[in-house]
Amino acid sequence: MFELEGIAHRYANTTAVTVDTWRAGAGEAWLLEGPSGSGKSTVLHILAGLIVPQGGLVRVAGVDLATLSEGARDRWRGRTVGLVPQRLHLVHALRVRENLALAQALAGQPVDDARITALLEGLGVAELARRYPRQLSQGQAQRVAIARAVINRPVLLLADEPTANLDDAHAAQALELLRAQAVEAGATLVVASHDHRVRPLLPHVRALPPMVRAA
Amino acid sequence: MNIARLALAYLRRRPLSTALVVALLAIGVAVVTLTLLLTHELETRLQRDAAGIDLVVGAKGSPLQLVLAGVYHVDVPPGNIPLAAITQLRADPRVTRVIPLSLGDNLRGFRIVGTEPTLVELYGGVLAVGALWTAPLDAVLGSDVARATGLTVGSTFAGAHGLATGGGEHEDAQYRITGVLAPTGSVLDRLVLTGLESVWAVHEHHPVPADGKADAAHDAHDDDREVTLALLKFRSPLAAATLARAIDKDTEWVAASPAFETARLLTVFGAGVDLVRAFALVLMAASALMLFVALAQALEDRRYDMAILRTLGATRGKVAGVLLVEGIALAAVGTVIGLLLAHGAVLGIAHWRPDAAPLAAAAWRWLPVEWAVVALAMGTGILSALWPAWRASRLDVAATLAEG
Repeated sequence: MFELEGIAHRYANTTAVTVDTWRAGAGEAWLLEGPSGSGKSTVLHILAGLIVPQGGLVRVAGVDLATLSEGARDRWRGRTVGLVPQRLHLVHALRVRENLALAQALAGQPVDDARITALLEGLGVAELARRYPRQLSQGQAQRVAIARAVINRPVLLLADEPTANLDDAHAAQALELLRAQAVEAGATLVVASHDHRVRPLLPHVRALPPMVRAA
Repeated sequence: MNIARLALAYLRRRPLSTALVVALLAIGVAVVTLTLLLTHELETRLQRDAAGIDLVVGAKGSPLQLVLAGVYHVDVPPGNIPLAAITQLRADPRVTRVIPLSLGDNLRGFRIVGTEPTLVELYGGVLAVGALWTAPLDAVLGSDVARATGLTVGSTFAGAHGLATGGGEHEDAQYRITGVLAPTGSVLDRLVLTGLESVWAVHEHHPVPADGKADAAHDAHDDDREVTLALLKFRSPLAAATLARAIDKDTEWVAASPAFETARLLTVFGAGVDLVRAFALVLMAASALMLFVALAQALEDRRYDMAILRTLGATRGKVAGVLLVEGIALAAVGTVIGLLLAHGAVLGIAHWRPDAAPLAAAAWRWLPVEWAVVALAMGTGILSALWPAWRASRLDVAATLAEG
């Protein structure tokens, strides 16, 4: 489904993220593991086409991202990738339902009210549709953020530290939701986490070494 | 849920700054537009009423007063000139038209003007009903006079002394209305027209009460007769200049040019208008600054929002577009409200001040210069949004997400 080959990305502070080879198949669920600061977010952003690495090949769903212009990459991302960011950030000016409609519109899809309703129901938060994000609890916000990530049925679902600040029960529940939604959407799931509780819950693991300080 | 809907949702989330920007811009646009509408209306009225009048000749006094009294019918005339002056002016080959005017009485505040039918021709007046005056004490009403007084053909009335209401009436000299004019949009609409003889007939009862002759009108000699002033038209502009000089130098009369006197008046008036306009432009600039601050603040507050929009597939252009649409929407709403306020104010003035009733037409008129106001207001709005929008488009998405 995706393929990273010989990735090297260097920040101005001379630390570098490297991934030699990583291939994942369609529908697989992966843990991207590594200590804080090992570049997990960077790798997720590379997979999402938000960062173009200075070296290496990024191929997602058959597309070599280096061949896309920035605007084309933005549109491709909207259709192909769902991202649950670490801060479960929703657009505060919009109600829950409108946040999901916005995700559909930005991906170039027609707004599908039935899909929004069904998705919120599936995540058990249908009654929150007309609320504003500040009226949600952390757990409710996470469900809505997951709903937003999968609303366009992405083939690649990325989650950045989804269990941070959650107790054991909720951490397991969050992972279960992500896996279920990935299966539902037919998406490959990559969860970036340094949380040891996550490891037993995901079948595939890719470990990142601590970030290299380049010469 | 497109870019515009998102922009409006953001505007709703900060109603105070939105309202303030819109209000400042609307007031600025309204004041500028109001001054434009009013000065345009004033200038066209002044020009229309003075069209075809090259020179006003009257008794010695202020030329401006003479023009105001003789052309616009707003001031009292300085005095009278002998009827012989009319004959003398008519004999001059440089003059193509002389219209004598006799002022002195009013009908409920509307001036009764003793004149000749050429005055009606001068303003393109057409009879709505009836006929022009033929005998002494026949009168023809301008359209505004007919509407305001409710008088019509066959009605009679007595003129009142003086040019404003409040004078005693000439009870013994009843005018009979023979015609009513259709509206011309000029000062003619507010005049009561009659023959020169009528004015002589009404007044020759009074100036010499000891004289004892009740029917003096018929006995008076041309030599004694006077008119108030004369409206002249010339063959050429050059003639106007030379004749005006000659009248001022060689006679007891004054020659005043309506074009020159109104230009002088508008210069004085214009300085005040410029001040008001400058104030309005300051308001618009303040509104642009407010908008800039609001959008720059939004840029900071929404960095993470914008990063999320990018992860959801929004291009740099779309993210910048949200801020641009916010700026444009505020500018557009402020501009529209401002224009409505200005036109509404003109309508209001026309409604509440009977003497400004002709303004009602101006309230519904769109002046080409208003496009310039629209361009100015929208331009400042867009300009204020440009820098925040550009900054939004340069956002580093990955770094912003990593800040979490």
